[in-house]
Amino acid sequence: MNLGVLDYGAGNLRSVLNAFTAIGREAKLVTKPAQFDDIDLLVFPGQGAFGDSIRILKETHLWDPLKAWLKAEKPYLGICLGYQLLFEDSEESPGVEGLAVAPGRVRKFDSAHGLKIPHMGWNKVTWAEDKPVWWKDLPDPSHLYFVHSYYPDVADPSLALCRTDYGVPFIAGIAKKNLMAVQFHPEKSQEIGLKLLKNSVDHLATTL
Amino acid sequence: MLTKRIIPCLDVKEGRVVKGTQFLQLRDAGDPVECAKVYNAQGADELVFLDITASHEERKTMVDVVARTAESCFMPLTVGGGIRTVADMREMLLAGADKVGINTAAVKTPEVIDAAAEAFGCQCLVVAIDAKRNAHGSWTVYTHGGRNPTELDAVEWAAEVCRRGAGEILLTSMDSDGTKAGYDIALTRAVSEAVSIPVIASGGAGNLQHMADVLSDGKADAVLAASIFHFGEYTVGDVKRFLDQHQVPVRL
Repeated sequence: MNLGVLDYGAGNLRSVLNAFTAIGREAKLVTKPAQFDDIDLLVFPGQGAFGDSIRILKETHLWDPLKAWLKAEKPYLGICLGYQLLFEDSEESPGVEGLAVAPGRVRKFDSAHGLKIPHMGWNKVTWAEDKPVWWKDLPDPSHLYFVHSYYPDVADPSLALCRTDYGVPFIAGIAKKNLMAVQFHPEKSQEIGLKLLKNSVDHLATTL
Repeated sequence: MLTKRIIPCLDVKEGRVVKGTQFLQLRDAGDPVECAKVYNAQGADELVFLDITASHEERKTMVDVVARTAESCFMPLTVGGGIRTVADMREMLLAGADKVGINTAAVKTPEVIDAAAEAFGCQCLVVAIDAKRNAHGSWTVYTHGGRNPTELDAVEWAAEVCRRGAGEILLTSMDSDGTKAGYDIALTRAVSEAVSIPVIASGGAGNLQHMADVLSDGKADAVLAASIFHFGEYTVGDVKRFLDQHQVPVRL
């Protein structure tokens, strides 16, 4: 299986590439639309602001192939912004349309009552009982590393892969047949994160 | 529940750990990558490398250290020391650092905070503040590794860096640093209550109760420590088990 990591020039992808190497999978960068034809699994570890990243994806002609990839239900693994962009829109960038693969909107944490923003550090997530294939051999709950100021308010709870709580309870990851996307950073979550990546890649390989 | 973070800090000079670690199990305890692996195995929540290299040329060594650490340690890594510009930050982030720390440069040119937040997102930027108690009952900001006093009040400066887009504050009490007599609880609490971003407390850790105190009474979100880990007095696991027994949420 050929793994491609979507690179629109916005951030550090070294950690993600290193993580795939650590689980015995080599991934290459996808920087041009034509490269979508060479891969089986698209990994999108986005970072930055919702609206800015969509603007850059459009400027670099990667937005349309990304939309087409998801519409065709090809294997997709999203991390952080690669999770948030799956929803309809975000309070971070009003008026900008997301990928709308999943219903819901991305909201800002409320800093009232002294809540520190960003939500930064290791938080406890509980896994959905109906999706054991993704989290097999992982403890329930597991601690995973988060860094974000916005969170998706997922409108279809049947998609939930895991849940956490930071001032407000929210769905920290979703999964369906061809797709797994999470708010936290598995590539920064030591053994548990690497195990989750391995499970996910192995499972997505079976959907090909 | 979000857990409190325990963060070992390694001082690195010209690619070597200084103030020596005493990991007897290591063949080369001066190698920052080997030390990072030990802390990774102990369950440290993050790591900080503080580059105290004098010359700019030798900083290239630090880029290599960061890249090698990121290949084997899958945990958040912050690099500070001598970072002045957005270009310096980009170099470290591309090497595999998750966050960069700035101190003196932020005081000299506060706009660099805005520029970094714009370029990389606020989550990448840690502003380090060295503070010392003054005669008026408040705290003054110092730069250049604590050598030069400024006109800035530490609590006001913390609020300003937060407004400008810092993602986190690394707060060192110069009065407590090196004393092993405990963190400056009053300073940490004053800063933590003045900002909406996480605060890492640093300086003064001598025992496990000190860490519990600054995380609860001091309202810190994380603690940084160097010598108590390096000399093997406590492992990260010891700290976490103690904190857990004292009702401080940690990742065990």
